[in-house]
Amino acid sequence: MDILKKVPVREQDPKVRANNFEEVCYGYNLEEAMQEASRCIQCKNPKCVGGCPVSIDIPGFIKEITDNNIEEAFQVISKYSSLPAVCGRVCPQETQCEERCIRGIKGEAVSIGKLERFAADWAREHNIVPEPPKEKNGKKVAVIGAGPAGLTCAGDLAKLGYDVTIFEALHEPGGVLVYGIPEFRLPKDTVVKKEIENVISLGVKIETNVIIGKSITIDELMEEEGFQAIFIGSGAGLPKFMGIPGENANGVFSANEYLTRSNLMKAFDKEYDTPIIAGKKVAVVGGGNVAMDAARTALRLGAEVYIVYRRGEAELPARVEEVHHAKEEGIIFKLLTNPKEILVNENGWVSGMRCVEMELGEPDESGRRKPVEKKDSEFVLDLDTVIMSLGTSPNPLISTTTKGLETNRHKCIIAEEETGITSREGVYAGGDAVTGAATVILAMGAGKAAAAGIDKYLKSR
Amino acid sequence: MVGNYIYTITKKEKLSDTIYLMDIKAPRVAKNCYPGQFVIVKIDEKGERIPLTICDYDREAGTVSIVFQAIGSSTQLMSQYEVGEAFRDFTGPLGHRSELIDMPREELSKLKILFVAGGVGAAPVYPQVKWMKENGYDVDCIIGARNKSLIILEDSMKNFVKNLYITTDDGSYGFKGNVNDCIKDLVHNQGKHYDLVIAIGPMIMMKFVCILTKELGIRTIVSMNPVMVDGTGMCGACRLTIGNEVKFACVDGPEFDGHLVNFDEAMKRLQMYKTEEGKVVLRQKEGATHHHPGCECHEE
Repeated sequence: MDILKKVPVREQDPKVRANNFEEVCYGYNLEEAMQEASRCIQCKNPKCVGGCPVSIDIPGFIKEITDNNIEEAFQVISKYSSLPAVCGRVCPQETQCEERCIRGIKGEAVSIGKLERFAADWAREHNIVPEPPKEKNGKKVAVIGAGPAGLTCAGDLAKLGYDVTIFEALHEPGGVLVYGIPEFRLPKDTVVKKEIENVISLGVKIETNVIIGKSITIDELMEEEGFQAIFIGSGAGLPKFMGIPGENANGVFSANEYLTRSNLMKAFDKEYDTPIIAGKKVAVVGGGNVAMDAARTALRLGAEVYIVYRRGEAELPARVEEVHHAKEEGIIFKLLTNPKEILVNENGWVSGMRCVEMELGEPDESGRRKPVEKKDSEFVLDLDTVIMSLGTSPNPLISTTTKGLETNRHKCIIAEEETGITSREGVYAGGDAVTGAATVILAMGAGKAAAAGIDKYLKSR
Repeated sequence: MVGNYIYTITKKEKLSDTIYLMDIKAPRVAKNCYPGQFVIVKIDEKGERIPLTICDYDREAGTVSIVFQAIGSSTQLMSQYEVGEAFRDFTGPLGHRSELIDMPREELSKLKILFVAGGVGAAPVYPQVKWMKENGYDVDCIIGARNKSLIILEDSMKNFVKNLYITTDDGSYGFKGNVNDCIKDLVHNQGKHYDLVIAIGPMIMMKFVCILTKELGIRTIVSMNPVMVDGTGMCGACRLTIGNEVKFACVDGPEFDGHLVNFDEAMKRLQMYKTEEGKVVLRQKEGATHHHPGCECHEE
């Protein structure tokens, strides 16, 4: 074994997986996990922990794996995270814990994410659940949204003894974990559902089909239903469109719609009633993780798929691993390309997309080099489907129906990063509802911080 | 019809050959809903999310009435449910309530309002005329349909409107003609004057009502029923062009100024899943006996 390199992880063959929705990455087995864990040098002052938004004791759980105490490894992680099997799969470890790993200076970092996943998967397969709270304090807290931020906040508060109810607008809990991230990257029944059941096992109640701001308001939750504090983790669900001609044609979808149909409504499975238009030639506009997910979903539904992105490869906001997987599966990348118009046939359906080639100019306010159009470089891409994956923004439903809750010009709720405190007493917020679209783990970090903030607040009353 | 579902059917009534009314136990929705809003129903684990406009509600009993026409595979399945059985999911209220409710009373009392209900559109019109009557305002209402068997809620509606006009395309009941013929008759022949029309029905009907009322100079509100998935603003499937802007029917509507709606685009978008839906119905109805060569059903 080369100590400078990660123990490689087994994956489904790209040619095979391009035609199914089963998980791409198989994860480590016990032998592989113990071998990889032994690469951790157990730093006295571990830098990796500082890179984790929920500050997991990384050397601590890895040590337990090295010693073949997998249950203990899971319990160590569970002190910090309610969703380890999820995080082990979807966290961008390469820019967080693993980026700071000392091993990474002279070789490859320890595969912390894959080890976390292994411990969580092992615990699930052996029916190990996190330890429930010892005592209840009887104080009621409501959590809005059963996504990563809400589940984390609820789990932490339940561990502290609070009586927590999560209100979820959709018919399933999980938020982006169920509607956004596809099955082949994050299995729903085996992984997501189980981790949510673990949160429920801590005593958390989940009420689905409740739309805060419509079914009931935050004021009513506090005044009529006796909740002493509220955490808003309602995410960023509103899709953006480009505003180019032809965008309302049949065959143009937001990535949210396409992924919701396939993931939440399981349209890829013929047993389910919700339809999806697979498309034969599909362009996904955008370069983030959501764009990769939409592209790889369309591919699995049988389409030839292009990623159309206005900047270059180095600027793709998606994780390197996702881009790599997408390429392996046969997604065609049209980089430095920007759509100008969606062409529509006489029946109102997409027939193509007029694009222009771009080149990178001076850095813009985001620090990235600004793409500018190349002269006389327009061309037409023949297509029948276009999926817009341009990011999302928070739904204003809660902020506009809650007295005294301040938002910024992007309609994001204003909240303190360290505590989740908002402009309204007793109301806390975190995750994409505050930051705009970001990652699962950052939302979890915010949920965790807010749980501590709520605990401090309710203890002081 | 399995599972531990909580949204129980407390009443079921057949309003016509294919149209059903059901009362569903859903206290949170019943407590805060208003005329003009809609709900999303998901029948079972594998079902679609079906948007339906609220037809009535009983805050004390905690029930909400829905009316649907059993035409697609999901609504046909829904029509087979009986009192005492339950749906898996029932979410709402969604969308904005009718603007009449938030209008200053003085302004509202000055308006001569005509409701125009086409087919199943009588269901969403019903709670609005009821609200108007209960708050002391007189309104007129047209209920139109292709033929007599498709006229619904006539008796319920009678209690709440000043003048009720029934019209059928084939003349099998009431006035002979479509709703536009009836509006023209009221305005041109019977000397009626209206300041506001609220037209709810099939998109094609709302389109033509809007063309007529624009000529007549009567402001018109329509309730849009495009394809939806989540109904909370997440997917954008329900986007419409209103004037020069793109709006989402679920969170910005469902009611809009009809004179600003791009109906042609909306109607094209409504067709998007028609073939998909048709395939499902065929599979269910004909099962293995369905062997039409060249049918896409057999491509898989």
